[in-house]
Amino acid sequence: MNIALAGNPNSGKTTLFNGLTGANHYVGNWAGVTVEKREGKIKYKHQFMTVVDLPGTYSLSPYSIEEIVSRNYILGDEVDVVLNIVDATNLERNLFLTMQLIELRKPMVIALNMMDEVEKLGQKIDVKELSALLGVPVIPITAKKKKGFEELLEALMHKGLVGSGVIYSSEVEKRIDQIENELNVQNKRWHAIKLLEGDTEICEKLNRHEDHIHERISVEKYDYISRLLEKTFIKQIKEKQVGYTFTDKVDKVLLNPFLGVPIFLMIMSMVFWMTFTIGGFFLNIIDVFFGEVLSVWVLKGLEALSVQDWLISLIVDGIIGGVGGVLTFVPNIAFLFIGISFLEDSGYMARVAFVMDGWMKKVGLNGKTFIPMILGFGCNVPAIMSTRTLEEEKDRILAIMINPFMSCGARLPVYALFASAFFKGSEALVVISLYFIGIVVALLAALILRKTILKGEQDPFIMELPAYRLPEPRTLLIHVWERVRGYIVKAGTVIFAASIILWVILNFNASGMTDLTSSFGASIGKGVSFIFKPLGFGTWQASLSLLTGVIAKEIVVSNMMIVYGLAETATSEMLSATLSGVFTQLNAYAFMVFVLLYTPCIAVIGVIRRETNSWKWTIFSASYQFAIAWFIAMLIYQVGSLFL
Amino acid sequence: MSLLAVNSGQSVILKDIDWGKKLKKKLQDMGMTPGVRINMIQKPAFGPCVVEVRGTRLALGRGIVSKIFVDLI
Repeated sequence: MNIALAGNPNSGKTTLFNGLTGANHYVGNWAGVTVEKREGKIKYKHQFMTVVDLPGTYSLSPYSIEEIVSRNYILGDEVDVVLNIVDATNLERNLFLTMQLIELRKPMVIALNMMDEVEKLGQKIDVKELSALLGVPVIPITAKKKKGFEELLEALMHKGLVGSGVIYSSEVEKRIDQIENELNVQNKRWHAIKLLEGDTEICEKLNRHEDHIHERISVEKYDYISRLLEKTFIKQIKEKQVGYTFTDKVDKVLLNPFLGVPIFLMIMSMVFWMTFTIGGFFLNIIDVFFGEVLSVWVLKGLEALSVQDWLISLIVDGIIGGVGGVLTFVPNIAFLFIGISFLEDSGYMARVAFVMDGWMKKVGLNGKTFIPMILGFGCNVPAIMSTRTLEEEKDRILAIMINPFMSCGARLPVYALFASAFFKGSEALVVISLYFIGIVVALLAALILRKTILKGEQDPFIMELPAYRLPEPRTLLIHVWERVRGYIVKAGTVIFAASIILWVILNFNASGMTDLTSSFGASIGKGVSFIFKPLGFGTWQASLSLLTGVIAKEIVVSNMMIVYGLAETATSEMLSATLSGVFTQLNAYAFMVFVLLYTPCIAVIGVIRRETNSWKWTIFSASYQFAIAWFIAMLIYQVGSLFL
Repeated sequence: MSLLAVNSGQSVILKDIDWGKKLKKKLQDMGMTPGVRINMIQKPAFGPCVVEVRGTRLALGRGIVSKIFVDLI
């Protein structure tokens, strides 16, 4: 049995999905965060049900990709029942989608969510009457507390009912009847309404064009909803508008045109402060574990077992060095994601778009485009997928093109390694400067692309501001864990494999085992090192790191660990001692800037290909970023050399 | 008059939105249909405005706000 879960953005849809299926799924609080089709399984009373989480949409008109996806999926034969989640604190707007869903004439069940807040507001909803009027089972629930799930599952098992939709004015009804009589398709009434709405997809499909009365249909739908609510929704006299009065008060400050941006910068600084200090505290523990405990024990153990030297080297330098060097940064990544998830789930992310709208306008984009940029601090892959909420195709491509400049969590280990080796005492400043360079380059790139190959009108800024909600710790942790798990899995698979391969190419050449300088790796590095000469790091070690770093940015660190045998050097003094022979402060900084800006990793290239559906853009993205990185790093090194 | 002329705390009735079909439709789907009551929640000196429509808060850029025509109640 297949269930399609549909609802407005911010209606608690993802929370319900997680609650029902127990799946680890991404939850957010800004309009349109669910951009992927996600499936989950439920077993209830020996019945298996598959739930498909549809993107959150306000309507089913083919306006955005998400709406088309949702509509086509529901109309398909696969779906047995539509589960429509409705935010009970915002019935009027939410029921608009409900009325459209009912017109599709699929069996439906309505989950009336956030009933706890309705009670808190001192309001009442006559659920029985609402259910009777809509002709569909309506089940009151509180998704975040898993309240009402038993009843909901029971209703789903009985497959719901085909509801009774909007009755329009007699004039409109007459026209619907007229068209219905002339149509020869299934679900005539729905098609007739769509023709009257001037729905491009349906008009083309049926090759029929009516005078559009779209506005009128929308108005009548809302009027119908208003009448429905008069009969079922009781706002109590002593109106305690708890939900929004609080939000409005907070927004007076957070959205203030003068305070908004500084407050946002402060909040972001706090996120990064937490990432580095609290995350750093745990990092040191793990670092000591890998560098002083694990590798020493393993080394002693293997020696005691008189294992061959090459195998010891593979395990200690290759695997522990390569994978450990990356795993050390798990705490930082975790705290970074806790911060970002908190911003999303609390509803603040929509406010970030609001306060950044002015700045984004200057580069030809609207504030909404800034949200994927912030998500990019975590990982560029989900960030690029989240650009689907942008309506204009050109805006979307532009947002995708600039996203990789936002420094993701995987680049953090590189900065941390170099900053602690070369900029002792001012690590924070150095790392902040890199994030800042990333943002500035992204904005400048947007400006230039907007003026050249992606010319276009900027879409006006329209965004729902959801009420602030304290994120549920459980949901937040699922959210963070999913990302951190991804990072660990990557360390255990891609980076594990890459470390072994790296170790091999660094210890062998055509004539067998050899020392580093005459290995395959050295030859490959030497082959491309001329590219990086003007940037100040034309060594084969650095070149090889950067080359392999395209697989995953963390590999730059794994590479350094293996090349310089850093697995056993836990303290930063030893680290800088080892690296200072090859790097100075200046070219170390140029190197970090290059890592920040150059060609994104394979996972990001893949998602760019998927999301732009074009090899041209994919190749463009990879190559223009390389060019920009090369140019800026070169500038830093060459100009810096004049003064230092 | 345009919604841009409305001050914080004032309520108005939506008359028309003077923008392309696609965007107009999106706003209608979000509840901005002719005849609906709009409360101006926050209108800062510059930057986007916050309005209340059908129980939700919407942030609207000034460009679109100036193209939304309303009547005072």
